[in-house]
Amino acid sequence: MKFPYSEKVLEHFRNPRNVGKIDDADGKATVGSPACGDMVAVYIKVDPKDSRISDVKFESYGCASNIATGSIITELAKGRTLEEAKSITWTQASDALGGLPKIKAHCSVLAVDGLRSAIQNYEEKHGLVKDMTPTTVDVVRRRLGKVMNPLTGLDMVRTNLVKEIEIKDGEVKIVVDLPDNHQFAPNIKEEVIDKIESLWDVKKVVVEFTE
Amino acid sequence: MPEKTSYLDNAAATRLDERVMDAMKPYFFDIYAVATSEFGYSLGIEAREAVDNSRNIIANALGADSDEFIFTSGSTESGNIALKGVALALGNKKGKHIIVSKIEDFPVLQSAKALEKQGFFVTYLNVDKDGFVDLEQLKESITGETILVSVQHANQEIGTVQDIEEIGRICREKKTFFHTDATHTFARLPIDVKKIQADMITVSANTIHGPKGVGGLYIRKETPVAKWMDGGFQEFNLRAGQENIPGAVGFAKAVELVTPEENAKLKDMRDRLIDLVLEKIPHTTLNGHRTKRTPQNANITFHFVEGESLTLHLDMRGFSVSTGSACFSRSLESSHVIRGIGGDHERAHGSLRFTFGRYNSMDDVDSVVSALEDIVRSLRKISPLGKKD
Repeated sequence: MKFPYSEKVLEHFRNPRNVGKIDDADGKATVGSPACGDMVAVYIKVDPKDSRISDVKFESYGCASNIATGSIITELAKGRTLEEAKSITWTQASDALGGLPKIKAHCSVLAVDGLRSAIQNYEEKHGLVKDMTPTTVDVVRRRLGKVMNPLTGLDMVRTNLVKEIEIKDGEVKIVVDLPDNHQFAPNIKEEVIDKIESLWDVKKVVVEFTE
Repeated sequence: MPEKTSYLDNAAATRLDERVMDAMKPYFFDIYAVATSEFGYSLGIEAREAVDNSRNIIANALGADSDEFIFTSGSTESGNIALKGVALALGNKKGKHIIVSKIEDFPVLQSAKALEKQGFFVTYLNVDKDGFVDLEQLKESITGETILVSVQHANQEIGTVQDIEEIGRICREKKTFFHTDATHTFARLPIDVKKIQADMITVSANTIHGPKGVGGLYIRKETPVAKWMDGGFQEFNLRAGQENIPGAVGFAKAVELVTPEENAKLKDMRDRLIDLVLEKIPHTTLNGHRTKRTPQNANITFHFVEGESLTLHLDMRGFSVSTGSACFSRSLESSHVIRGIGGDHERAHGSLRFTFGRYNSMDDVDSVVSALEDIVRSLRKISPLGKKD
């Protein structure tokens, strides 16, 4: 039989490690969306004494390379300090898997992205962000550029879903150009809040829809 | 490693029937000459007779005359000849408007897109949730400039069978030419050119256990098709190039071997698979119409999981199926058909197509369903989607 992946990829695909959700996670992030065909959620527990990742779990909706990368990334990150874990690259993950097809880079880089976002989420929640510049419309817009528009698989900024951003006294209001009864409205709202509320000076996030 | 392979992708290609091979063999080793004119040498005349006999058999199966059928290299070429041939013949005389459905297979869809770049205008007909083209939109779209309507007989992915008798009637009434791609229905469903009023019909050998690289195009007399593959004067001077004699013979044999009993058996397997999956696996959606579909096709979305993962797990257990997921395709684009029937990307990514053929049995159905129950359960366990229920 001839499969499109290395033995190691197939092994992690068949028996992914560290699968699931950590309910009391210290940091978490969801990246990608069902529209792009790949989505990864990463959850971390951090030991505050030495800033080491004591536990890490992932969930994946995606193709084989996405699942295998999610699995290997949790193995690579476990027991590492946040700084070490942050510097894990796609190439390292790919090497650890015995190589991934180039065409699958975008599906598998998502898991690496997910781990970094989960660490960032932890740092922001725990006031560990060194960069204390105030949140501006530009900062919010850049973050929203990571929220996918499920209708197209492209991000919500590029597809003009962000109609308005307003920042006042720590409250960020975002108007999304979709009817509120749209099938993806709850999903988008949740992701937007997730991405914005962890910013150090943001107290509240309000998401409104146009109709 | 699995003990055997259950091949469930018969819409893509089929296993050759040994009897087809036997019929083709002499034309590789004994009667290998080029098909000559009737004044050629005997080996060439024999080759020519083989092509003519094969043509008779296939034309007859369509209810057509022998001089209304040409052999091609497959349905891709047939679709190209139909669209570009008519465009070249009528583009400067009658008009530059072409109508196709938005869920056509790539030969028709990409030919239409190529013609757009040459200054033609294309209307892409909408389809409803089951994949049926909007007949009102069709009627409204045909103008004095419309030179061709191309709507498939049945869909390559979801199996939906169009009302092509009605489409043919509309086109005839509005005096425009009509091509239908019957790649997935020829020999599986009745096609009679006297009934369906199509001016051109695309057919293929490799969907019915015939050889790869052979297809054909029915062209009703007086349909304006310009020749654009230049060279010799073969195929009624419509398609240059030496005839693929073993291929033509194999195609004809393959047509003869399909029986109504076989088609009924395919339909039983299809129905059992659909019923079992929908009953046993939660959060599944049938794509395409429940009954108005080709006897060999079932297409189901397994929500919250992704198709390439499903196909790889199935492959590791010996089942070959295909998916509408972006990750599986060469273009990394999710199925335009599932999105065409109003499905979102998630529905396309999680869709699997099962297509049955002569060498499948009910055992294949039962074993693939039980494998699926297991695989879908384990993939859903690791998926962040759909956890609420």
